[in-house]
Amino acid sequence: MTRRLLLLLPLLLFLVTAVYLARQLLSGRDPAHVPSALIGKSVPETILPPLKAGKPGFARVDFGTRDFPADPVLVNVFASWCVPCRAEHPYISALGRLEGVALYGFNVKDERKAALDWLQELGDPYARIGFDPAGRNAVEWGVYGYPETFLISPEGIVIYKHVGPLHPELIEREIMPRLRDFREGRGG
Amino acid sequence: MNRSVFFLPGCILLVLFVGIMASPAVESAPSDMLSEPKLEARARALAKDIRCLVCQNQSIDDSDADLARDLRLLVRERLLAGDSDDQVRDYLVARYGAYVLMTPPWGPATLLLWLGPGLIFLIGASLIVLRVFRSGRRTGPETGAADADGRP
Repeated sequence: MTRRLLLLLPLLLFLVTAVYLARQLLSGRDPAHVPSALIGKSVPETILPPLKAGKPGFARVDFGTRDFPADPVLVNVFASWCVPCRAEHPYISALGRLEGVALYGFNVKDERKAALDWLQELGDPYARIGFDPAGRNAVEWGVYGYPETFLISPEGIVIYKHVGPLHPELIEREIMPRLRDFREGRGG
Repeated sequence: MNRSVFFLPGCILLVLFVGIMASPAVESAPSDMLSEPKLEARARALAKDIRCLVCQNQSIDDSDADLARDLRLLVRERLLAGDSDDQVRDYLVARYGAYVLMTPPWGPATLLLWLGPGLIFLIGASLIVLRVFRSGRRTGPETGAADADGRP
């Protein structure tokens, strides 16, 4: 009798492993997605010079703090050579028109002229744009893909990060609820 | 001489295999390398343990991606600033998370990851030993007869 049970053991092990792996496969999670190490922490201390004349860059002081809360900010990492950035731009712009969230652009690994032309063509919804041609400041933010979007709370804490282009379904599912939390005084 | 039909393709594959295995890892461009050889050696060693987050199965030492080069330069920058190897790793983990290191951290969450293969090996090995032990008892050295399973 015990021999029969022992014979079943490999099958059992296989089934347990299969269920475990199937759950991951079917969950729709992207295993290549690297979660941000900055969630729950203050915005990095980088100082980003301006991209264009007449529009400032940004640094940590341009976000709210616990003592002096400000508007929540959407920091959008983009580059003119990045095709998905182009695709998400209308949705980013629309979100900027929504009351209560400021848009900061974070232009990385780009040429100034190319970036300016890109903004000229597609529209510039950003209140501030930081310029990081070498990508060194982007490393401080843990940027590894393009585009990326960070949501910063009124207290200057990184609440949420998305790697990849934004689209309406994602905005509705991830960003709007968090924005509502800020407006109603929770979260952050 | 009777050669099998697989001989020539086999030779070609062997040559290709050796060629691929012998190719060196991507090296930093000469201008990226540090002038102090000990620091440069540390930079290379660290780079082999840091994951390129774009091509995630490659270290930044192997990967051609832009991000890989940026991180290779960053490692050298931190070494020049006087960081220890651990400090360089911590610097990257603080910004990118534990997944940026090729070697998983040792902690409660990764216990199964580290011990799993060893455990499976032990279980398998003990099953084999038990099996052999039982067979040994059934058929003593004086009989060459098959045991109950039909095995000699």
